[in-house]
Amino acid sequence: MEENNDTVKDLDFWATNSEEGGWNISSTDEGSQKMLEQEDEMTTKIQMGSDVIDDYFIEDDISDDERMILNMGPQHPSTHGVLRLQVELEGEVVRRVQPVIGYLHTGMEKTGEELNYFQGPTNTTRMDYLSPFFNELVFSLATEKLLGIEVPERAANIRILMTELNRVSSHLVALATGGMDIGALSMMIFGFRERELILDFFEKTTGLRMNHNFIRPGGVAADLPDNWQKDVEDILKIIPEKLKDYDEMLLDNPIWQGRLKNVGILTTEECLAYGVTGPSLRASGYAWDLRKMQPYSGIEKYEFDVPVFEEGDVFARWRIKVLEIFESLKIVEQVLGDMPKGAYKIQDKKITPPPRKRLDESMEALIHHFKIYTEGFKVPEGQVYTTVESPRGELGCFIVSDGSSKPYRMHVRGPSFCNLQALPVVMSDSPIADAVAAIASLDPVLGDVDR
Amino acid sequence: MIDNIEILPEEYFKKVEELKQDGFEMMVDLTAVDWFRKKDPRFELVVNFLSVSKNKRVCLSVKLNDDLTIPSIVSLYPSANFYEREAFDMFGINFENHPDLTRILMPDDWVGHPLRKDYGSGRIPVQFKNAPKVD
Repeated sequence: MEENNDTVKDLDFWATNSEEGGWNISSTDEGSQKMLEQEDEMTTKIQMGSDVIDDYFIEDDISDDERMILNMGPQHPSTHGVLRLQVELEGEVVRRVQPVIGYLHTGMEKTGEELNYFQGPTNTTRMDYLSPFFNELVFSLATEKLLGIEVPERAANIRILMTELNRVSSHLVALATGGMDIGALSMMIFGFRERELILDFFEKTTGLRMNHNFIRPGGVAADLPDNWQKDVEDILKIIPEKLKDYDEMLLDNPIWQGRLKNVGILTTEECLAYGVTGPSLRASGYAWDLRKMQPYSGIEKYEFDVPVFEEGDVFARWRIKVLEIFESLKIVEQVLGDMPKGAYKIQDKKITPPPRKRLDESMEALIHHFKIYTEGFKVPEGQVYTTVESPRGELGCFIVSDGSSKPYRMHVRGPSFCNLQALPVVMSDSPIADAVAAIASLDPVLGDVDR
Repeated sequence: MIDNIEILPEEYFKKVEELKQDGFEMMVDLTAVDWFRKKDPRFELVVNFLSVSKNKRVCLSVKLNDDLTIPSIVSLYPSANFYEREAFDMFGINFENHPDLTRILMPDDWVGHPLRKDYGSGRIPVQFKNAPKVD
């Protein structure tokens, strides 16, 4: 112990005048067969998922010998990344769950303080890697709110087009991996196959299949490619047909229904208490969609429905994702017929860098180019919290600006991080075989959890 | 659209209780801001609440006392659990009566709180748990 403290003093990475106190650096989980060092009533309740609604039961005839603690992950394909779960089993029944996260933590919020607002989307787009456009959008919306600017209509419509297509591709992955976890391997092949169509369109438009850095403060990076209508029409034609195939394969399939129905139930009350948003909340019977309630980027002018289910089980959460794909495609179809001509970036010299051609002609353009690419643009003081409806729920961005060209504090409220807290609720008191189905139905993306 | 309310740490728990009774069903976000050498007191806690029934948001900001201790709201909003652990991990804020206040994103034997402004970024030797000592 003393030796460890000496090591700490030797490390020479502290900034001057740091206010850090002495630190106890003893390890807490080395070789431990306990879920926690100290367990009290409240932690046990949280791990049993019974702190909101107490539906916990113990069958008396299972002896203590049958209790064991099992470690799932972090390297396990059905935990969707590097999620680690400590699970207490009683026979084959999961009794307690303790999620352990942080294996993918790369300090993106700290990095966000080092990058200026112009570079910011390159960082946030890597958080939730299945829905990168939403991360860029929420960061851009926050910056624009601080700047007090409105993007041109064409830019707003391109944003809606890209994010809604992104919702389709993200839900397709959720369906694919969800199917794979339960053993429906054809579903995995199908889901990834259809996603490829959308990723091809993304690649054509942005140059990259993921981590696009396409939506930026002030508009979007580039205009849509020539003949983009044809690509989108292809997507609109092919995906609904394929979705019918999925339904034919799975919807009335007794094995599929048997595996998913009445498994991993989340009630509305539990969803609200745990801050669960998005498809999981709507599958539990609460029609809450930020696109309807707190619309962003002009999405209120398009017509679409919000599917809601009452059951709150894994089947409802699977079904709602399929139906949301149809609704997103409805929006995409409307955007296709409503794309005004005009600028795709805001025409403000302080925010939008000039086109390459202008640099040879105008000294002023060269100065603006140099300013934006070195220092970035300055953003007025203030703090802002903006939200969008990402495929997993409420995605929020909290930015504090001190008037410089870099955010003083940039925090992203990832929906996966919050939804993960409901894991004990959906997993407890069900067989271990249902656990993976329950995890898949919440659709956590660990890049978003750990940031 | 978002109401910003500034309150003192002593009133914090009571205010959150009131918000819960007023129909703010969800605590959606809890984070902190480090105003190192810019403002006094140094740390500010920012908590966002959402009422899905009234379609309203409220943002509480609390200037923390020097002992960096504030009551935990996990008993009112279970969703605060991970967020308070994150704030403890990243800023070193102590939440009283939190059921399990341990590090969440960083390794449990990590030294320091990375999101503080006096914690330098870059060129920090990566610490491995139980790594053999190299001279």
